[in-house]
Amino acid sequence: MSDQTFTPKDFKSDQYVRWCPGCGDHALLNSLHKAMAELNITPHNVAVISGIGCSSRLPYYMNTYGFHTIHGRAAAIATGVKVGNPNLSVWQISGDGDALAIGGNHFIHAIRRNVNVNIVLLNNQIYGLTKGQYSPTSPRGFVSKSSPYGTVEDPFCPAELTFGARGRFFGRCVDVDSSASVEVLVASAKHNGASVVEVLQNCVIFNDGSQSLVATKADRAKNAIYLKHGQPMIFGENNELGLMQEGFGLKVVKLGENGITEKDILVHDAHCQDNTLHLKLALMEGPDFPIALGVIRDVEAPSYDACVHAQIEEVKSKKKDRTLEELLMKGEIWEVK
Amino acid sequence: MLLLHNFTKVTRNNPKTNYIIMADEMTIKDLERVVVRFSGDSGDGMQLAGSIFSNLSAVLGNDISTFPDFPAEIRAPQGTLSGVSGFQVHIGAKKVFTPGDKCDVLVAMNPAALKTNVKFLTPQSVIIIDTDTFAKKDLEKAQYTTENPFAELNIHNQVIEAPISSICKESLKDSGLDNKAALRCKNMFALGLVCWLFNRPLEHAMHMLQNKFSKKPSIAEANIKVLTDGYNYGHNTHASVSTYRVEPKENKAKGFYTDVNGNLATSYGLVAAAEKAGIPLFLGSYPITPATDILHNLSKLKELGVITVQCEDEISGCCSAIGASFAGCLAATSTSGPGVCLKSEAINLAVIAELPLVVVNVQRGGPSTGLPTKSEQTDLMQAVYGRNGESPLVVIAATSPTNCFDSAYMASKIALEHMTPVILLTDGFIANGSAAWKIPSLKDYPAINPPYVTPEMQEGWKPYQRDLETMVRSWAIPGTEGFQHRLGGLEKDYDTSAISTDASNHQKMTLTRQAKIDYIANCIPEQEVLGDKDDAELLIVGWGGTYGHLYSALETMQKQGKKVALAHFQYINPLPKNTVEILKKYKKVVVAEQNMGQFATLLRAKVPGLNVYQFNRVKGQPFNVLRLVEEFTKIMEEK
Repeated sequence: MSDQTFTPKDFKSDQYVRWCPGCGDHALLNSLHKAMAELNITPHNVAVISGIGCSSRLPYYMNTYGFHTIHGRAAAIATGVKVGNPNLSVWQISGDGDALAIGGNHFIHAIRRNVNVNIVLLNNQIYGLTKGQYSPTSPRGFVSKSSPYGTVEDPFCPAELTFGARGRFFGRCVDVDSSASVEVLVASAKHNGASVVEVLQNCVIFNDGSQSLVATKADRAKNAIYLKHGQPMIFGENNELGLMQEGFGLKVVKLGENGITEKDILVHDAHCQDNTLHLKLALMEGPDFPIALGVIRDVEAPSYDACVHAQIEEVKSKKKDRTLEELLMKGEIWEVK
Repeated sequence: MLLLHNFTKVTRNNPKTNYIIMADEMTIKDLERVVVRFSGDSGDGMQLAGSIFSNLSAVLGNDISTFPDFPAEIRAPQGTLSGVSGFQVHIGAKKVFTPGDKCDVLVAMNPAALKTNVKFLTPQSVIIIDTDTFAKKDLEKAQYTTENPFAELNIHNQVIEAPISSICKESLKDSGLDNKAALRCKNMFALGLVCWLFNRPLEHAMHMLQNKFSKKPSIAEANIKVLTDGYNYGHNTHASVSTYRVEPKENKAKGFYTDVNGNLATSYGLVAAAEKAGIPLFLGSYPITPATDILHNLSKLKELGVITVQCEDEISGCCSAIGASFAGCLAATSTSGPGVCLKSEAINLAVIAELPLVVVNVQRGGPSTGLPTKSEQTDLMQAVYGRNGESPLVVIAATSPTNCFDSAYMASKIALEHMTPVILLTDGFIANGSAAWKIPSLKDYPAINPPYVTPEMQEGWKPYQRDLETMVRSWAIPGTEGFQHRLGGLEKDYDTSAISTDASNHQKMTLTRQAKIDYIANCIPEQEVLGDKDDAELLIVGWGGTYGHLYSALETMQKQGKKVALAHFQYINPLPKNTVEILKKYKKVVVAEQNMGQFATLLRAKVPGLNVYQFNRVKGQPFNVLRLVEEFTKIMEEK
């Protein structure tokens, strides 16, 4: 936070944005500028780290410190940046291939360690920069240049992977849905620890229509639910639908039918330690269930970088040596006179 | 080299039926240097016995050089050949440069140790054995085919026999320790016996044991008791006709000393550089033999502000270090050859992003998993060339355990001042070998001044704008107001620092990155030549961890009246400026290295028309000095 006030423009670099016209990355970039302005962080205290892929070009379009690194390694590099200087606000921009295929190992371990990095995962279910191969989030049977007869493998669900790695923050938004995106990005930055924001992103060239269930405001009214902590899980074009628990699962109910009222509807608790319900919500798929958007899970826990530095301070308070020479002179030594 | 030639030669048949030599009169003989090899099961504590012996010798003023030789298995089946662990200590009245080719005293705690170490014996070597471990079943485990191990191995040396196991059990029967715990003190009996043989007072060993077991006083007491038993056993039984002294004869530089192995010295060198530069040290690492101790060492130094992250893999070790470097730390990653393979893409990111990074490669035997606990110099080409694209960087090779400190310091200084990754090559031999080290005063070390941006540079500043002499770009640390910029793995425009795919710009940037590294030749010392530098008939060329052996070979040959010189390289890329001049000066040049000729190949590429002999060994073991002398002599005599 700063005394100065920043606007989205303060976070924009002078570089010409090279994504394809209509690419969802444009919208997300704008939302990110807005989120940072809303957070009022100083641009020179922000580091945006990306891997490789279309979305990983994003740091060039930020007037912050930025590092466009190598494929899959953004989480590992962001970890080093944050632990090296915990005062920075560190953001990681990755695509579904970058974070979940070649970088899967770093992704899960950054989450497990709970490094205070805001991971923005732009999921378009396709490899765009290499011109159209299936990705680890493409659905089974997906036809692409490298799967002309359809894939014979199941996709990752990013939320499931995040929770499997003990993730404490998971949010989801749609690329073109700016105000909701800003809200989730701001919440992810305010969360202390690793946060994952899955951006449902449309690739207009190689996978157009992949997000068609939530592409427009009208689609989202029909097919999505905006989860808000403490609010009942009500959705639908006229807020006529709700979610209830049934056995170990969820069911969609209509308010007013069979005597169901608002008080029968589940209330979203993003801060619940137990992630069972969060997972159920994140795994909901259309058209039978609404796609969950918003902050699905947000649970506090000590961040890795803070703990690393706290441990250093704790040892410093007990051991007084501050230079190598002082330390060595207290070891097993002998004198030659 | 030396030795214990005055022992009575005894032909052995069966250790059980022979007796310890009882001399009427004890004599004390002075020696110039002595090599003791402690060997036993990998759980027998031979490393501890050996390191205490080397330490107490160093405290008495001797020079020391040690070499642990252990199996890849943590605990191979007891008593088997694959489970034998050894620790060799070379102590000298004057400076010693290697742990020694052969040993003067072999401590063999079981028949397997005797068998695997027979190759280190000379006809004069004395052997100390635990007679309690030479029963029929022990011999079978060690794959002897007869009941007479000495005859089977054709050993005719003097053997000091002691029923070490039973004495230990007896001695500690009232200590409260069970038999198993009592037997763990066996190593101290052997150490006590060796101390007696070399007239070493026990006080310092006792002090070290008290420190080591400060939290377990009963264990300290038991170890000290058995140590004393071993000493007294030698004394009371007159276990040898003579005992020996290695009196210090050379005045070492005044000051405080400690004992370091190469991995520890490397760790301290990194810490020292960070301290001098006034920035935090960050180590990203993944455990790998034989480099892991660097991670262990640095993880302990939190009071000095050292940040260590044990990463999920080798790639992350390097990448997290690059991230920390971007954030303004002195960043390092430690590994061995297989780890460098995995890090190479990330190292290249540091090349193109022009970020400081120190990559420590403690070389081991390869390829693939190869010989994890053994030593080679087979990663030189990997360090110099092993990346995609034209990716010049700095390569430095430490020459001895203590030189690891200076090498790590210089690697850090060059990385920080020239905004480049530096690969520091050490190897398993110097990483685990130790020597006495004078504790340095950092005020004697050169300053480290990274090319930070200054506020007046802000107007029109570009991240890749550079000093036109050194070709070094300036460094703006995130958090610095007004210098926000974006780095990346894509080629950048020389002038604007924006992404560029322009053909001639790429040519220019490639030449610029090369020029930046080449310039560093102006910042490193000229190559030194040792020995008969004016009139040598043979120039020996080496690099890295083989210095001690090559220098010992040089000394030996000079004593024989031969005209030889040694150029031992620490700076591999760029090479010192006078390299060509040196290599062209001598009639014959031999490049000796523990690989199939990688440095020789590099020199041939850098020095057109160079004609060199090669001496190459890849046995995973250190060079043998006498063998080097033989080979070099042959080359000299060749017409």
